[in-house]
Amino acid sequence: MTPKPSQETPHQPGQPGFEHVPGTVPREREVPPPIGGQAARMWDAGMGSRRNRGKDGRKRRRGDANAVVPDAEFRSYYGRAVLKPPVWTHEIAYYLFTGGLAAGCSMLAVVADVRGDVAARRALRTTSLTAVGASAYFLVADLGRPERFYNMLRVAKVTSPMSVGTYILSVFGPLSGAAAVAELGALLPERGVPGLLRRVAGPAGSVAGAGAALTGPLLATYTAVLFADTAVPSWHEPYRELPFVFGGSALAAGSGAALLLAPVGQSGSAARLAAIGATVELAAAHRMETAHGLVSEPFHLGRPGTFLKAARTLTAAGAAGGIAARFLPRRAGRVVSAVAGASLLTGSFLTRMAVFEAGVASTKDPKYVVVPQRERLEARQRAS
Amino acid sequence: MAALPDLTASLYGRLDDPARDAGYADPPPRKGFFTDTSVCIGCKACEVACKEWNAVPEDGIDLLGMSYDNTGGLGADSWRAVAFIEQSRPVGNQSAPYAGAATGGTSQQLQQDAPAAGFDAFAEAARLGTGVPGGHPVADRAHENTGGCGGGCGGGSAAAPAARSGEQTGGRTGGQFLGMPGMLAPAPLPDRDGRQDVRWLMMSNVCKHCTHAACLDVCPTGALFRTEFGTVVVQEDVCNGCGYCVSACPYGVIDKREDDGRAWKCTLCYDRLGEDETPACAKACPTESIQFGDLDELRERAERRRQQLHDVGVTEARLYGEDPEDGVGGDGAFFLLLDEPEVYGLPPDPVVTTRDLPSMYKHMAAAAGFMLLGTVAAALGRRS
Repeated sequence: MTPKPSQETPHQPGQPGFEHVPGTVPREREVPPPIGGQAARMWDAGMGSRRNRGKDGRKRRRGDANAVVPDAEFRSYYGRAVLKPPVWTHEIAYYLFTGGLAAGCSMLAVVADVRGDVAARRALRTTSLTAVGASAYFLVADLGRPERFYNMLRVAKVTSPMSVGTYILSVFGPLSGAAAVAELGALLPERGVPGLLRRVAGPAGSVAGAGAALTGPLLATYTAVLFADTAVPSWHEPYRELPFVFGGSALAAGSGAALLLAPVGQSGSAARLAAIGATVELAAAHRMETAHGLVSEPFHLGRPGTFLKAARTLTAAGAAGGIAARFLPRRAGRVVSAVAGASLLTGSFLTRMAVFEAGVASTKDPKYVVVPQRERLEARQRAS
Repeated sequence: MAALPDLTASLYGRLDDPARDAGYADPPPRKGFFTDTSVCIGCKACEVACKEWNAVPEDGIDLLGMSYDNTGGLGADSWRAVAFIEQSRPVGNQSAPYAGAATGGTSQQLQQDAPAAGFDAFAEAARLGTGVPGGHPVADRAHENTGGCGGGCGGGSAAAPAARSGEQTGGRTGGQFLGMPGMLAPAPLPDRDGRQDVRWLMMSNVCKHCTHAACLDVCPTGALFRTEFGTVVVQEDVCNGCGYCVSACPYGVIDKREDDGRAWKCTLCYDRLGEDETPACAKACPTESIQFGDLDELRERAERRRQQLHDVGVTEARLYGEDPEDGVGGDGAFFLLLDEPEVYGLPPDPVVTTRDLPSMYKHMAAAAGFMLLGTVAAALGRRS
């Protein structure tokens, strides 16, 4: 039979993956591996002391994250994870993106509404509704029992960011939808009852849109609390920065949609907002990636590391491109603006994927749990 | 209304009666487990009893290739899980049973010397209080029997007090060696580093039923609830499998059952508790390694046991999860360990993630405010 997930022994010597897991016993040691049965297996499985005697002798890949944080010495139960990895799938990472996009779009849609940029407003309201619809789909699809999604509305708990988020989404979704549907008013005939509806649609859309724009920031940032309020080391520790990463990323994504979809003449505020959002996102993400010692390490390793690096480049380039497009001739400006918008959207998406995957990675290696906690414990013992 | 108690519940710090805090007017005494790993023999009766009573599905019985562990850890289908740890320990100083024995240079020598020097497994068991006379909790019995008949009586009755612990080291030859397998592990040939002697640590892991239970606090449906006994239980008819509890648990206990979609964990046999019955695992444990009772009494009993072990030289004995001042407000199920917690796969210093929830919400509010202000600032620019 196939072993259940908890039976996988990730850091067993001789099994794939063992050699490359940072923080575990290096493959080449100065001390020759012991001969003998149990003791040898124990030693290799990390039951002995985990001193990195052979560190200099290791073949170091370029971009080895251990250059950032030195390999940790720690003990564990045969290298097995202390925590359960999140059962959330990539749908939750997609949701982080679509939720942020919906929020950013609804905020910019109000700006467009106030300024009378009809094309931009229409595109942004439509994008917001599409994104929030996708959000609801991803959230329900990720449940173990999707048919019981309505149990989320059974209670209201402030101690559960997911419960809080459910209500935020329940308010934001209909408002965003109403604002988008109001755009259809322009298609109605001008006379009779439809004419009345046509006249009401505009103001009603503005009110609903304003409501969505006020709820949007909550929708974009509660997800940071959702992630931070877990035992996942790389989600919990940066809990101060994460709302700013997600909030900035949401603004960048919303601005990206505007730059991509709206005419250049109507995307001036989007270009400025992209710069503001990207600046805050990148600053907060920099802190998230560097300020938490070992727990910051997963942000530099493997897929999340690659994603985050790409996201940084794309976000910065997109923000710069959005501004630059203002100073270009009309045609070139539109092209650069669209490319910048797509770049911002991709950057936001990759940021979310990176944060998601870095957190998952931090639950799979016991060192991210044991080493910081051991340090905390020892610091406390020294103090007392 | 179900969530109202949660709003007032403290998120961190000492909390003596979580049941009352959860809204029970006059709850019975808080129930819990004290798992004394020093007397665990790794028989796995607890695992079997748990599965039988709670109808937990079979989830693979393959050996994992690292120790005698064939469970791997707690999960949706393993509510008790016995950890097996093989350690090489130097002979004659740290290993308590042989602390004062006439140790030779090698373990092979010791294996021959021990019987010759009058090493008596029964006497050792009595000295360490590992017998289960009459089915009484060993620590209690040890106290009662201070001055009892000691090792010469065989395993039948007594646990000798600390004062007599040095007696059999003086060349007493009370026991006759019958050629039975001794307490010594089958030692492999010494390896190059001279390691050759093995001790086995065994621990039956279980849900900790935390005072501040993150799984319960983050559950958005109210499926997880605090019972009148102060334990934490999932209602399977409410859970919609959102998986938040899985990421929130600092011990990696609760998990989602794949084919079922819902989260499952130890209920501390809520159904048996209601009938004034002992939970299945404690009932089945043949060595009283798993002790069930009122938490206050268990904590006293555990401290006595720890003291007893220290008195006979087992200075590595320490309690884990018993302190109501710790990061989760103390565990309802706590342990006596013979090594660092991480060696057993336990986090050395867990802190409930909701401790920081108020701060998370504050940072979220700040980030949401930034998003609004940023949008206003971007909107104020002149039309390009």
